[in-house]
Amino acid sequence: MSATPHQSSATNLDLDLSKLNLKAMPRVLGRLTRLSFRYPWQWFFALSCAIASAIFNLITPRLLGRAVDQAHHLLLDGHTHPEETRAAFLQLTPRLFGEATQQAYQLIIDGHAHSASPRAALLATALMIVVACALRGTLTGLQGYWGEVVAQRVGYDLRLAFFEKLQRLSFGFHDVNHSGDLIARGMLDLEGVRAFLESGFLRAVVLLLLVSFGAWRLLSMDVNLGLIALSFVPFVAWRATRMGLLLRLSWQRLQQLMSDLTLTMEENLQGIRVVRAFASKNLELAKFDQTAQSALRLANRRITIRMGSMSMMNAAYYTAMGLVLWIGGQRVSQGVMTVGTLTEFLTFMTLLQQPIRQVGMIVNSSSRATSAGSRLFEVLDAVPTIEDDTNARDWVPGAGVLRFEAVDFAYDRRPGGRKILSGISFEVGPGKTLGIVGPPGSGKSTLAHLIPRFYDVTGGKITLDGQDIRSVTLDSLRRAVGLVQQEIFLFDVSVHDNVAYAEPWAEEQRVVEAASIAQIHDHVAGLPDGYGTRVGERGVALSGGQRQRMSIARGLLAGRAIMVLDDSTAAIDTATEQRVRSSLRTAVSNRGTIIIAHRLSSLLHADEILVLDEGRIIQRGTHAELLREGGNYADLWALQNRTDSHTPTTTRLRANPILEVA
Amino acid sequence: MSAMRGDGGGGHAGGFGVGHHHDFGDDALTRFDTGVVRRLFGFVRPYRRILAGALLAVALATTVQVSIPLTVRYAVDSAVGHSEFPLPAVLVGFALLIILNGVLGYLQESIAARLAQRVIFDLRRAMFAHLQDVSLSFLDQTQVGRLMARLQSDVNALQEFMENSVSAIGDFFLLLGIIAVLLWMDLRLGLLTLTVLPVLVLVRAIWIPWARPKFRRAREASSSANAALAENINGIRTVQENRREAVNFDRYRVRARENLDAQIASSRASQIMVPAVDILTGVAMGIVVIVGGDKVLTGELGVGVMVAYIFYVQRFFDPIRTLSMQYTTMQSAMAAGHRIFDVLDVPVAIYDKPAAITLKDQEPSIEFRQVTFGYRPGQPVLHDVSLWVEPYQTVALVGPTGSGKTSLTALTHRFYDVWQGSVLVGGVDVRDVTLDSLGHTISMVLQEPFLFSGMIFDNIRYGVPGASREDVIAAAKAVSAHDFIVRMPEGYDTLLGQRGRNLSIGQRQLLSFARALLADPKILILDEATANIDSFTERDIQQALKKLLKGRTSLVIAHRLATIRDADLIVVLDHGRIVEQGSHAQLLAKGGLYARLHASSHGSFDDL
Repeated sequence: MSATPHQSSATNLDLDLSKLNLKAMPRVLGRLTRLSFRYPWQWFFALSCAIASAIFNLITPRLLGRAVDQAHHLLLDGHTHPEETRAAFLQLTPRLFGEATQQAYQLIIDGHAHSASPRAALLATALMIVVACALRGTLTGLQGYWGEVVAQRVGYDLRLAFFEKLQRLSFGFHDVNHSGDLIARGMLDLEGVRAFLESGFLRAVVLLLLVSFGAWRLLSMDVNLGLIALSFVPFVAWRATRMGLLLRLSWQRLQQLMSDLTLTMEENLQGIRVVRAFASKNLELAKFDQTAQSALRLANRRITIRMGSMSMMNAAYYTAMGLVLWIGGQRVSQGVMTVGTLTEFLTFMTLLQQPIRQVGMIVNSSSRATSAGSRLFEVLDAVPTIEDDTNARDWVPGAGVLRFEAVDFAYDRRPGGRKILSGISFEVGPGKTLGIVGPPGSGKSTLAHLIPRFYDVTGGKITLDGQDIRSVTLDSLRRAVGLVQQEIFLFDVSVHDNVAYAEPWAEEQRVVEAASIAQIHDHVAGLPDGYGTRVGERGVALSGGQRQRMSIARGLLAGRAIMVLDDSTAAIDTATEQRVRSSLRTAVSNRGTIIIAHRLSSLLHADEILVLDEGRIIQRGTHAELLREGGNYADLWALQNRTDSHTPTTTRLRANPILEVA
Repeated sequence: MSAMRGDGGGGHAGGFGVGHHHDFGDDALTRFDTGVVRRLFGFVRPYRRILAGALLAVALATTVQVSIPLTVRYAVDSAVGHSEFPLPAVLVGFALLIILNGVLGYLQESIAARLAQRVIFDLRRAMFAHLQDVSLSFLDQTQVGRLMARLQSDVNALQEFMENSVSAIGDFFLLLGIIAVLLWMDLRLGLLTLTVLPVLVLVRAIWIPWARPKFRRAREASSSANAALAENINGIRTVQENRREAVNFDRYRVRARENLDAQIASSRASQIMVPAVDILTGVAMGIVVIVGGDKVLTGELGVGVMVAYIFYVQRFFDPIRTLSMQYTTMQSAMAAGHRIFDVLDVPVAIYDKPAAITLKDQEPSIEFRQVTFGYRPGQPVLHDVSLWVEPYQTVALVGPTGSGKTSLTALTHRFYDVWQGSVLVGGVDVRDVTLDSLGHTISMVLQEPFLFSGMIFDNIRYGVPGASREDVIAAAKAVSAHDFIVRMPEGYDTLLGQRGRNLSIGQRQLLSFARALLADPKILILDEATANIDSFTERDIQQALKKLLKGRTSLVIAHRLATIRDADLIVVLDHGRIVEQGSHAQLLAKGGLYARLHASSHGSFDDL
C-alpha cells in the first residue's frame, strides 16, 4: 500500500558509495568555511586554542617518558638506599618546591635536569604534568567553546538568511517544494552544517597537526620504531573513512525508512475508523512490519559496519603497539634505548588512537555537511520570480477598478507549457460583484491567485485603477487585495492575532467588526478567553465552517480596494452563509468583489457571471441572461435544482439541502 | 555535549531528531523508576539468553581491555630485566589479548546493539498493535500528534538509553577493572591515585544541577525557533498574502537570537567541565610520578608498574564521563517509558469472546434492542433505542446534530459496546461474533473519506487486499470514478499524496464508494457528505450512491433530500431517542419533527 518509490529504493540494503555526492564536497565545504570567516576573531581563537591544546597534548608523553627515565636512571645510578634517601627526602621537603621550580626551569632551558636532587626532579616533572594537563584542558575547553561560538553564529546567520529567503520566494517555488522538505532543510540540514563547522573542521586541523608532529617526533627519535609505531595510521584512516561514508549512506536510508514508518503509523491513526471498518488490522500490521523490518535490518547492518571497522582498527592499532613493545623492548634490554623513550612511544600511540578514530566521524560529518549544505544553498541561491520591479512605486488608491486585459497564464512558462488561462478579460468596479463558476480544474483559483500577483501573467495584463500590478510594489498591491481562500491556515496564536494577521496592530474594534460581518463573533465571544483564545495546532479546534468564517474575517480586515472570495463559503451551512452574504454586501458596498463558487445560488446577485471551462470564458452575463441563453450554466442550474423543482421560490431554493452540498 | 551528536556514532533513528522535546516539567516522573525498568525488562525477557551472552562478552572484553596495559607493564619490566617473564612470552600474551580484544569487542557491542534494536522494534510494534485494538473512545480523546510523539520520540529516547546502557555497562565494568588492577598492583599508590575519583564525582555532582537548566534552555530555544520556522513555512502563502514578511522576520530573529545565546551558554557550561577533568587527570598523573617514582627509587615498585599506572590513569576518566552523561539520557528515558507504558496500559475494551462465532450466511438484518449508550459515564447519548431493519432495506437516519445518528452506526459496527440492551446483526448479538467477520459483513463510508498514501489501485482494494485489477476497475466504473482515474498521470497506479491531497473531495468520496463496493458487504453504513462537493462531481455521486445501496442492507446518515426520499424507511432521531419512523409521505402527513425539519426554511437535514 505505501510502496512509494523512495521506500522501494530504501528497502534495498545495498550500500553503494557512489550514491554519496562526494564531488560537491570541496565546493560546498569551502563555501561553508568561508561563511565562518565572517567571524575572524572567534575563528582565530578557536584555531589557536586547537593548535595550542594539540601541543600540550604532545608534551604530556614527553614528560611522562622523562619521569619514567628519571626514576629508572636514578634507580640504576644507585641512589636507592631507602632509609638514606627517605631522610634526605624529608630534609629536602621544605626546599623542594623551590628546587623543583628551579629544575623545571632548567628542564625548559637546558632540556635536561640535574640529577643531583632526584625527588626534586620528579616533583618538577609532576608539576609540569599538572600544568600541562591544566593548560591542555583549558585550551581544549576554549577551543570547543569558540568553535561552537563560530558555528552557532554562522548557524544564526544561515537561519535568518533561510527564513528571509523563503519568505521572498514566490508561490511558484513553494508549489514544487514540499513544506516538510523545506522544514527539514531549515532544521536538520542547518544542524548538519553547524555540527561540521563546530567540530569537523577543527578536528581535522588538530588531527593533521597531531599526526604530523607526532610522526616527526617519533621518526626523529628512532626511524624504524617510528615507522612501526605509525604503521597503523594509514590503515585506520582508510577504514575510518570507509566506515564514515558507509554509515552516512546507511543513515540516509534509515532516515527514509523511518519517515515511511512514521507515515504508515500516522495514517493508520488518522484513518483508524477506516481501518476498523474494513477489519484491516492485519493488513496494517503487515505494512508496519514490512517497513519496520527493513529498518531493523538496516540498523543491524549499520552495527556490523561500525563494529567490524572498529574491531579491525583496534586490531591494527594493537598490532602496531605489540610490534613497538617487541622491538622497543629488545632495544631497551640491549641498552640502546631508554625505558622513557619506550614509554613516550607507547603514550604517544595512545594519544593518536582517539583522533585517528575520529577520522570516521570527520568524514561522516563532512559528507553530511556536504549534502546538507548543498540543500541549504539550493534554497539560498534560488531567485524569487516575483519581486518588486526596480522602479516600482506604491500603488495609488483610486476608485478601485480591477481590469483583466486578455490575460494568459501557464504555470510552466516555457514555450508549449500547458495554458491554464487564455484570453481572460473583465472589469470589476467599486460596489460591483463578479461571479465565476466552472468545473474543477477550469482555472478559477488560478485566476484569483493572479490578482495579488502570486504568479505573473504570461500574456496580457492586470491593472488596478489603471496601474499594471507588475509596476507597483507587492506590499501596496497585496494590502489592497483581500483574498479569502478555501482553506484558511490558522497560526498557533490567538483568534485576534489570526484575524488581524495582515494588520498586526489593528485595534480590537476593527477585529470585532470583521468577525461580526463574517458571523464568527458570537462563537468567538463564547470561547474561554474570547479573542485571546489560542487556535491552531495547539489551541482549540474549529470546525470547517468556523475556519472559513475566520478566513472571511481575515480577508475583510485586509482588502482595501477589492475582495476576492475563492469558494470560501462551501463549508458554511446555508443559513449562516445567507447571513454572511447579506452583511458582506453592506460591508463591502464600496469595494469590488469577485466570488468564485460552486453553489450557483451564491451568485444570484452578481452583476456579471463568468463561466470558465479549461481556462476560457465560455459564457458570461447575469444570472437571468445566462438562464435565458441556455447552455452550461443553465444545465448546471437545472442539475442543482432538479430534486426540488416543486418549490420554486428563491428562499426555498437556498434552504434546499441539495444546494448545500452543491 | 549539548547538541552535538554526530549521526554516525549512535544509531539514533528518528524523523526530526533535533527538536524532540520532552516535558521536563514533572521531575517526579523523570527519576529512575523501577516500575518502568521492570516493564521494559519484560520486553527483554524473550531475549534473555542473548542478554546473558552480551553481558558475558562485556565482562570478558573489559577484562581483556584491563589486561592490555598490564602486559605493557610486564613487557617494560622484562625489557629492563626486572620481570619473571621473558619478553617473548609477554609478547605472545599480548598478541593473544589483542585477538581476544578484537573478537570480544565486536561480539560485545554487536550483540548488545542488535538486542537493543530488536527490543525497540518489539516495543514500537506492541504499541502500534495495541492501538489497533484500544477502544475508539480513547483515540477520540487523544490527538494523533501526541500518539505519534509517543511512537516516535519517546521510543527513540528509550532506544538511545538502551544503546547507551550497553556501553555504560561496559564502562562500569572497565572502571571496576581499572580500580581493581590499580589496587592490586600497589595498594597505597592505587589508593592515592584514586583519591581524584571522589573529587571528580563531587565536581560533577555540583556541575550537573548547575548546567542542566542551561542545557534545557538550549533545547527549548532550539525547538521554539524550529517551531516558528515550521509554522512560517506551512503558512507561507498566508504570510505572503498578508504581507507579514517583515513582522514575522523580526519575531523570528528574536527567537533565533535567543537560541544563539542559549546554545552558547550551554556550550560554555559543557566546556567548563573539560579543564576540570583534565586538571584532575594531571593531578592523578602527578601522584603517580611523585609517589610512584619514589617507590621506584626505593625499589618497592618496578618501573613497569609506573608505566602501567600512567596508562590506566589516562583511561579511567572516560567511563565516569560517559556514565554521568548516561544519567541524563536515563532521565528522559524514564519519562518516555512512562508515557509509552501509559499507552500500552490503555485497556482493550472490545475483543472477541472465546467462543465468538463467525458471521457468514445470516440474513443481513440489523436490530437494536432497548439500547442505551454513551461516551462518558452518566451522559447517555442513546436512550432505550429499539429499531428493526429488514434485510436489504435502506434506512435513512435523520435528526439534528447530537441526536445520536452516528452513535447508532458506530454501535452496529461494534466500535463501542452498549451500556444496556443489545445490537444484533443477522440475528446474532455483535458481542458474540468475531470482530473480523463483523468487519467483513459491514462496510462503512465516512463523511470525510480517508485515503491512504499509495496507489489509487491499492486504496480501492483496501478492504480486499488480493482483489484483481479487473475487479478494481469494475468497481471504479460502477461508481463513475473510472473516468477521472484514467485521466490521472499514471491511471490506477497514480500515487496519492498524504490523505489523497491531490484529489478533490468529491473524487475522494467516489474512491471511497469504490472501496466499499469492492468489499461487497452485506451491510453498508454510509455517512453522507454534506459539503464541499462541486456540483459537477455531485451528479456522479448521486448515481454511484444508487448502485452502492442496491442489494444490501444500509444505514444512511442522510443529508440529501433525494437520498432520504428514496429510503425504504426514515428514522427520525432527537436527543438520543427515535421519535418517528415511516416513509417520506407518511412522516410529512404526520406533521411531526420530520415535517417541521422539512418545512422550516433554515432547519436542514444536515448537522453542521
